[in-house]
Amino acid sequence: MKLVELQKKLVAAARLSAPDDRVPYAFEKRIMAQIAARAVAERWVFWTQGLWRAAGACVVVAVVFGAVSLFAPATPDNTNDLSQDFENTLLASVDQSDVALP
Amino acid sequence: MDRTEAELIAAVLAGDSASFEPLVVKYSPRVFATARRYARRESEIEDIVQEVWLKAFHKLKSFRGEAPFEHWLMRMAVRTCYDFLRGHQRNRESSFSEISEPEDDWLDRFVADPGSAPENADAAKLLIDRVLEKLSPPARLVIQLLEIEDRSVKEIAKITGWSVPLVKVRAFRARGEMRKILARMTKEKYL
Repeated sequence: MKLVELQKKLVAAARLSAPDDRVPYAFEKRIMAQIAARAVAERWVFWTQGLWRAAGACVVVAVVFGAVSLFAPATPDNTNDLSQDFENTLLASVDQSDVALP
Repeated sequence: MDRTEAELIAAVLAGDSASFEPLVVKYSPRVFATARRYARRESEIEDIVQEVWLKAFHKLKSFRGEAPFEHWLMRMAVRTCYDFLRGHQRNRESSFSEISEPEDDWLDRFVADPGSAPENADAAKLLIDRVLEKLSPPARLVIQLLEIEDRSVKEIAKITGWSVPLVKVRAFRARGEMRKILARMTKEKYL
């Protein structure tokens, strides 16, 4: 059988049959609904992803500070204790008023 | 007053997604016709067209307006059809035993006298559909665009994103693949 000729004949048959361009009823409405639905979904995805990333960053910061406070070398004397200095400064006026009372 | 395509596209890009609807109405027949060249089932065709429009909406920013919107859209449609072909290769290995009687008769007429088998017969259309289904996705795309739609190699390169030499190589291989399928079909029928 002449395969080349058969091929030409079948290709010619395909050329003659133009495909149907019929569009289903209200197809454009379906597309617009899909676009709207995707826009809402994408907004949710955007916020969810953002919040998860923020939560992840918070966890990392908390872990780093926790590790620093846990493994930082303790100060040998209390003279350099910042919290004690802060408390003394804050309560200095109260201490002075106590002394001034008869 | 009807707005021009450029105005509609600008409105969509500015956030008015409702302006996309007239474009969908205008070009859906062409997109459906293209999808029907590559898929048979109506549900698959609708899925392809839906995907084309959703892609077009989301990638509209990349449309620069240098070429007509229709060309940009049809390029996207052909590429989506190609992705569909790559994902649905289930029929390629089946045999030709399920050829219908009219198709059988048409082949008999062709064997007896090639000139007597009419090209406009429904049986010939069914046969070529069967043969195209058995081609590999790149071969089918090239045969469809080059041989059936009669497009130039340059045009195909632009549509598919392949280089011109690659289109030529794939066209050569596709013709060979098609001849092999036809040989298998006739062998199954006459031996």
